[in-house]
Amino acid sequence: MKPAPFEYHAPTTVEEALSLLAEHGYDAKVLAGGQSLIPMMNFRLVQPAMLVDLNNIPDLAYIRPDENGGLRIGAMTRHRQVETSPLAAERAPLVHAAMSKIAYPQVRTRGTFGGSVSHADPSAELPALSLALDGKFRLRRQDGERWVPASEFFISLFTTVLEADELLVEASLPPMPPRSGWSLQEVARRPHDFALMGVAAVVTLNEKGLCEGARLVYISAGDRPTLAERAAEALKGQAPSPEVIREAAEIASAQEIDPSSDIHATAEFRRHLANVLTRRALEQAFQRAAENKQEG
Amino acid sequence: MDRKLIGKRVVRNEDPRLLTGHAQFVDDVQLPGMLHAAFLRSEYAHARLLKVDVSKARQHKGVVAVFTAEDMGKDWQPGPPLVSPPPTVKDVVFHSRRQVPLAKDKVRHAGEAIAVVIAESRYIAEDAVEEIEVEYEPLPVVLDLEKALEPGSPLVHDDLDSNLAARLYQKKGDYEAARQQADVIVKRRIYIERGAAAAMENRGIVAHWDAQSEHLTIWDTTQAPIPIRNGTAARLGLSEHQVRVIAPYIGGGFGPKIMMFYPEEMVIPWAAMKLNRPVKWIEDRRENFYATTQERGQIHDVEMALTRDGRVLGLKDDFLHDTGAYDPYGLTIPLNTQSHNMGGYDIRNYSSEFKVVFTNRIIATPVRGAGRPHGIFVIERMMDAAARELGMDPVELRKRNLIPPDAFPYEHQIIDQAFAPLILDSGNYKAVVDKALEMIGYEKFIKEEQPRLRREGKYVGIGVVPFIETTGVGPYEGARVTVEASGKVNVATGIGTQGQGHFTSFAQVVAEQLGVKVSDVRIVTGDTSEFHWGTGTFASRGAVVAGNAVYAAAKSVRQKVLKLASKVLEAPEEELELGDGMVRVADIPQKAISLGELAVLANPLRGAVEAGTEPGLESTSYYGPQYGATAFGTHAMILEVDPETMMIKIRRYVVAEDCGTVLNPLILEGQIHGGVSMGLGNAYYEKLHMDENGQLLNASFADYLLVSSTEMPHIEVAHLETPSPLNELGAKGVGEAGAIPVPALFAQALENAFQERKLEILEMPLSPNRLFELLKDRQAVE
Amino acid sequence: MQSTFDLTITVNGTRYERSVEPRMLLSDFLRHELGLTGTHVGCEHGVCGACSVLMDGQPIRSCLTFAVQAHGHEITTVEGLGTRDNLHPIQQAFQEAHGLQCGFCTPGILTTVKAFLEQNPNPSEEEIREALSGNLCRCTGYQHIIEAVQLAAEKMRK
Repeated sequence: MKPAPFEYHAPTTVEEALSLLAEHGYDAKVLAGGQSLIPMMNFRLVQPAMLVDLNNIPDLAYIRPDENGGLRIGAMTRHRQVETSPLAAERAPLVHAAMSKIAYPQVRTRGTFGGSVSHADPSAELPALSLALDGKFRLRRQDGERWVPASEFFISLFTTVLEADELLVEASLPPMPPRSGWSLQEVARRPHDFALMGVAAVVTLNEKGLCEGARLVYISAGDRPTLAERAAEALKGQAPSPEVIREAAEIASAQEIDPSSDIHATAEFRRHLANVLTRRALEQAFQRAAENKQEG
Repeated sequence: MDRKLIGKRVVRNEDPRLLTGHAQFVDDVQLPGMLHAAFLRSEYAHARLLKVDVSKARQHKGVVAVFTAEDMGKDWQPGPPLVSPPPTVKDVVFHSRRQVPLAKDKVRHAGEAIAVVIAESRYIAEDAVEEIEVEYEPLPVVLDLEKALEPGSPLVHDDLDSNLAARLYQKKGDYEAARQQADVIVKRRIYIERGAAAAMENRGIVAHWDAQSEHLTIWDTTQAPIPIRNGTAARLGLSEHQVRVIAPYIGGGFGPKIMMFYPEEMVIPWAAMKLNRPVKWIEDRRENFYATTQERGQIHDVEMALTRDGRVLGLKDDFLHDTGAYDPYGLTIPLNTQSHNMGGYDIRNYSSEFKVVFTNRIIATPVRGAGRPHGIFVIERMMDAAARELGMDPVELRKRNLIPPDAFPYEHQIIDQAFAPLILDSGNYKAVVDKALEMIGYEKFIKEEQPRLRREGKYVGIGVVPFIETTGVGPYEGARVTVEASGKVNVATGIGTQGQGHFTSFAQVVAEQLGVKVSDVRIVTGDTSEFHWGTGTFASRGAVVAGNAVYAAAKSVRQKVLKLASKVLEAPEEELELGDGMVRVADIPQKAISLGELAVLANPLRGAVEAGTEPGLESTSYYGPQYGATAFGTHAMILEVDPETMMIKIRRYVVAEDCGTVLNPLILEGQIHGGVSMGLGNAYYEKLHMDENGQLLNASFADYLLVSSTEMPHIEVAHLETPSPLNELGAKGVGEAGAIPVPALFAQALENAFQERKLEILEMPLSPNRLFELLKDRQAVE
Repeated sequence: MQSTFDLTITVNGTRYERSVEPRMLLSDFLRHELGLTGTHVGCEHGVCGACSVLMDGQPIRSCLTFAVQAHGHEITTVEGLGTRDNLHPIQQAFQEAHGLQCGFCTPGILTTVKAFLEQNPNPSEEEIREALSGNLCRCTGYQHIIEAVQLAAEKMRK
């Protein structure tokens, strides 16, 4: 299983990379960690005419604190760096916790934040978590840049708003509001496989202990990470009781996701799992929020 | 027999090479001028080949040749039949259809080889494969076993009038009479599928024809180098002595590497001779799913007749077996199923017919277990169904029917893969079952722990499954033991090795006889120039058959050593001791000679030799068992299931195993752990998904799920030893034992966990999704 | 189009300069260009882990890396651990605990374990299973491998 031939460029600056993309656009594929792209090339499922390798651009790998209390992650930051970053653990615990679920240790050495997000696999964690945290991405092209919120970034299966001459350079993950709790619940055949179903929940309580806001995002529930807005709405203003949680889980799993059937799971089983995992995620997230409330 | 080394946990001789990356596997072979091959494989599961145009591929830069079936001319022949049906069974229907080197006229499974590109690199060869143009006329695909046998079904082989590859019927006693006498009849339909062996090393061949010396050398990831040598020589019109087949270190076999005369094995040596340059073909993982044999499904219609107090009077099992597009391997798998579907139980009346069906899939040949897991799954499911029907404890029901210790050798009577009526040589089945029950704490679990866990809302079940495993079958193997001038010992045998530790277990046998260090015994396997006669590693026979040949040869050398030493040291043989590489006269330590010196004396450069002696301290012995030894084991497991997500956690897993004399417990345990991991795969993770066009949907490790370190439980193993009377070592095989009972164990434990929901499992493999569906169906019924 | 690239790479402490096609996988480069056949290829899609080597001390899948991407980096393969007469403590532990059977997956496991124990010198059984989750073995059922890692950790702590 050897890849087809391709032209190869290894720019050392972002500007050089952008210039290559501006010139070669549709013929070029960006090579980040390669952990998703190279298997596809080895199977010859994709045969890009050109690869623009970002691995020699040191400026793209960093984890920095944001003044708003959140995190700025460079696109070429390796999963391993996030996994071992105390800053990430502190400011984006949801993302930090997900890291050990992503594939295997050897994959995390090379896999990158930007690569995973741009690849837009609905079964991957980082696209969904970026959405759960209401993050945004900075996209640069040779003649400018734009910020795109995660909620607008993912269009459909493996498809984002990225143009052929654009590069995702940075993710900005805002901090969770005070009195927030989070949870990531996944079911996978083996712990490191793509989830059959996953739910990321971020909930916030007000001073009275009622739900002030919630974000529920689903993995493997459609052609892109899915935000369950109606279920979140149903939680607003409510005390997080088992009945309220169960109701939200019902709404999300019955109405707001569109899982497909494949050899690993039917749509029906996925919906069932979504229901169960939403319940568990909300229970844990609210529990954590209550604990934060006590400390905060 | 004095046990200084046999039975000891000796570390392996072969490890330092393997651990430092200095063991040669087939893909490590590099020869000057070597070319690389890639095959064009059929996209369709069933199609006529209208046109194969390789002209563009031939022009591709770096391509040296492209061959099709036409290009092979007179050299194009199907592979030989490997295993014929048993001549000992009457009225067998058997249509032999074998695989071909490159498809001609028609393709019969997705992945069947159509053409081969030979180029300067594998990268270039794959580029050129993409330039071959094939015109197919797709034909309807035959996949469903029952539909395949219906009149009017499309035919996999047009020259036959149906897709029936074989039919075989066996019986003992009188099932119909038993049925009449029974108080209870239990009837079920059972589906069992297995999967790919998926060894970590894919297959590969390097062929080198030396035109000057007219000698062909082949490196092949085969479990059977000697038959490959013999068949290849015959196909290519060479003498067996002109062909050398080397099976170097092999990265796992598990069965499919003993399938012989794969298309690639027929094409690559031929191409090497044609081009007069060495040719290498290394299978990639995707090819492995399409082009390496696997084991697959059976559908059983079973009936069991019992008395009210739990005596099984008879069993009737009619089943269908999927052989894939061809059937070179005969009826080995379904015969093994027939010899195991009564388990280790004393059942006197039996009727079983199987039909083998051609389908548009890759050939099915033995994968670890080789039809035994199917048989054990059937009998164990029926036992559990009967226990429920009778309101009996499932373990108690089994104990009432186990073959008692005084019944051995037990005439099972059913003809198995060795073509003779099966005789179970020895065993103490109840002791093994009791050991497993004790290890898992069966009584305590059922009476105290399970109810407690249930009250906590947990679904935790227990399973206990006994099983037999026929092993150590003939025909024979051989070994040659030689003491060298260095004092070290060289042993050659015809079988290959794929990780079972032969380099060490055989060395232990020899070292014990000759009084040398295990690390001073060098074992050579898998090289036909070192040893000329033998069959291969399969059916858990390596340790038993080759091991006994090694033992016999070692004993013979020991006799020669004693005889010669007696002369040299001028002492009677009875007063001689072997140890530390020396022969000493007991009580007179100065009267000693090293084995090395003795070896030199045994091979003089001058002078006369005694008539009737042979040079050197060397012996060759062959061993062929009268019949195969049968091992017995019992696995028990405690399994927790999350009733909402269907995720499982194995809380405890124990194995009580009786494979006769144990040569090396460390190696034995490794075999069991490995077998259980494959069995676990067959129970809950591994399934080959094929669409209605005969295309595999999961031809990769991303989607064909192998058990990893996070799924495996810790396994506790206990050995019991009932030596086999069939061979001097008293050994029985164990290579497949770990895998055989696991699907049945899983089914039982799951049913036990969900007993209030009256879950019944009649299929394998399962998955969380399938379990969800089965539980939902139960709910609907209620 | 530039068809080959000049590559400088250090493998097990030795510096090599070669010209390669960009599409050549690091696994093939190590095995066939440099003749270091200890690293094995099991799947070429990044699941089995047999091809695992260390890049700058961290485990990677060499089948998911182009050789040109290793330009200027340090690679450690199994050949860089120990020799037959002087086994690395991890290799010794694997022999003592029977942590290998056919040995095909073993080099990938050894390099992975080396990096793992450097980060986690006293791991629990669960942590070891986690760390090995990206290395498939079809022979051992993992139990003796786990014991080998525990024994290796003990040896290396001394």
